[in-house]
Amino acid sequence: MCLAVPMEVIAINDKIADVEIGGVTRQVRLDLIDAAPALGDFVIVHAGFAIRRMDRDDAMETIKLFQEGLGLELI
Amino acid sequence: MNSFDAFKDPKLCRALLDRLLAEADQPLRFMEVCGTHTVSIFQSGLRSLLPATITHVTGPGCPVCVTHESEVACFLELAKRDDVIIATFGDLMRVPGPKGKSLKTAQADGARVEIVYSPIDALAVAAANPGRTVVFLGVGFETTAPAVAATIRLAREQNLKNFRVLCFHKLVPPALEALLADPETNIDAFILPGHVSAIIGAAPYAFLADRYHVPSVITGFEPLDILSALLEIVAMRKSGQPAVVNAYTRVVADSGNPVARAVMDEVFVPVDALWRGLGLLPGSGLVIREAFADFDAMRLPGVTLPDAPPLAGCRCGEVLKGKMAPNECPLFDKACTPATPVGPCMVSTEGGCAAFYKYKLDL
Ligand code: SF4
Repeated sequence: MCLAVPMEVIAINDKIADVEIGGVTRQVRLDLIDAAPALGDFVIVHAGFAIRRMDRDDAMETIKLFQEGLGLELI
Repeated sequence: MNSFDAFKDPKLCRALLDRLLAEADQPLRFMEVCGTHTVSIFQSGLRSLLPATITHVTGPGCPVCVTHESEVACFLELAKRDDVIIATFGDLMRVPGPKGKSLKTAQADGARVEIVYSPIDALAVAAANPGRTVVFLGVGFETTAPAVAATIRLAREQNLKNFRVLCFHKLVPPALEALLADPETNIDAFILPGHVSAIIGAAPYAFLADRYHVPSVITGFEPLDILSALLEIVAMRKSGQPAVVNAYTRVVADSGNPVARAVMDEVFVPVDALWRGLGLLPGSGLVIREAFADFDAMRLPGVTLPDAPPLAGCRCGEVLKGKMAPNECPLFDKACTPATPVGPCMVSTEGGCAAFYKYKLDL
């Protein structure tokens, strides 16, 4: 039940967004989110609420750091 | 490659694992305190690949499992009332209470129990059943509590008179403190729950390093997240400089989510709370504030927290403290299996016993 999953925002209507992952769509509430997501953003969804926007640039940066640290070629 | 999928990249994981194998030269007992971490560590196969020096211990990270015997007895009593509909996350359905009763058996006995995916769905159940009181079972940590708080606010906005929450929410940091204060737990490091931290941020964990000198890393749920957290822990132990590190910055801000916390603080207030296995922990639970008393199921006439004995033979308490591995419980895989669960740790898919059962058997 702690499960929280990243889903992509495909529509926003005031405090409710449609989100999608792997062909499954849901409606989630945005009451709890601290930075409004834009279309195409991924948000972490838990119990019908978006709780955080995922930072794609930060994710990219983290992966780059791993690759550099481990001497692997960059993606 | 999708920037998020890269966190599963086998080549990268292998390289991190090799580094961990090379560097983990002293024994390390690390605990994770999140059901999703438990499942991920087993499911990814990581548990069997870790260096022999590293021991993975699951802690009290399954909210269904830490719900106290008295709390289970309380909601089972409530379910018996003719004028009540229980709305709950599905995980609570088979949690055993006194005399082998559960919400599932209550339902067979005529109780009305609705499984919902979100507390918001319980509002619709209330609107459709004006003659009854719909009681949502508020179970979960800081990830879930803000969602339930927001739902209570919506119930007020919608002027719903027949919606209430039985609030048994619990807070993670006080449980970690209780574990470290117990000299028998022997925890060298923590992997901290990513989505609880998305709400509370890093500051509430500072005492882990400052007072107990236990290195701790907030991390995500992909194999890469967990491996890099372990590498970070190994490095902190080598340098003798324990800290609380946020390695899940793609989701967790150091300051957490202030909007979600404000909603939670508006509706709930911390109190001492009972945890299965851990007992009464100061400031570790949430109750509904006076201002929202009309939405509090605990304030319905006749509702109490009854005394309830621990489940006979079940060692969930020890499992939740990391003092006993599930397969050391005498009932594990004998009287107790996912098909015939004796305790909540075998019921919930995020429970330590269930994860052990599911993945251990085909290692
Ligand atoms: S194996 Fe079953 S009886 Fe033993 S601790 Fe786990 S849930 Fe309880």
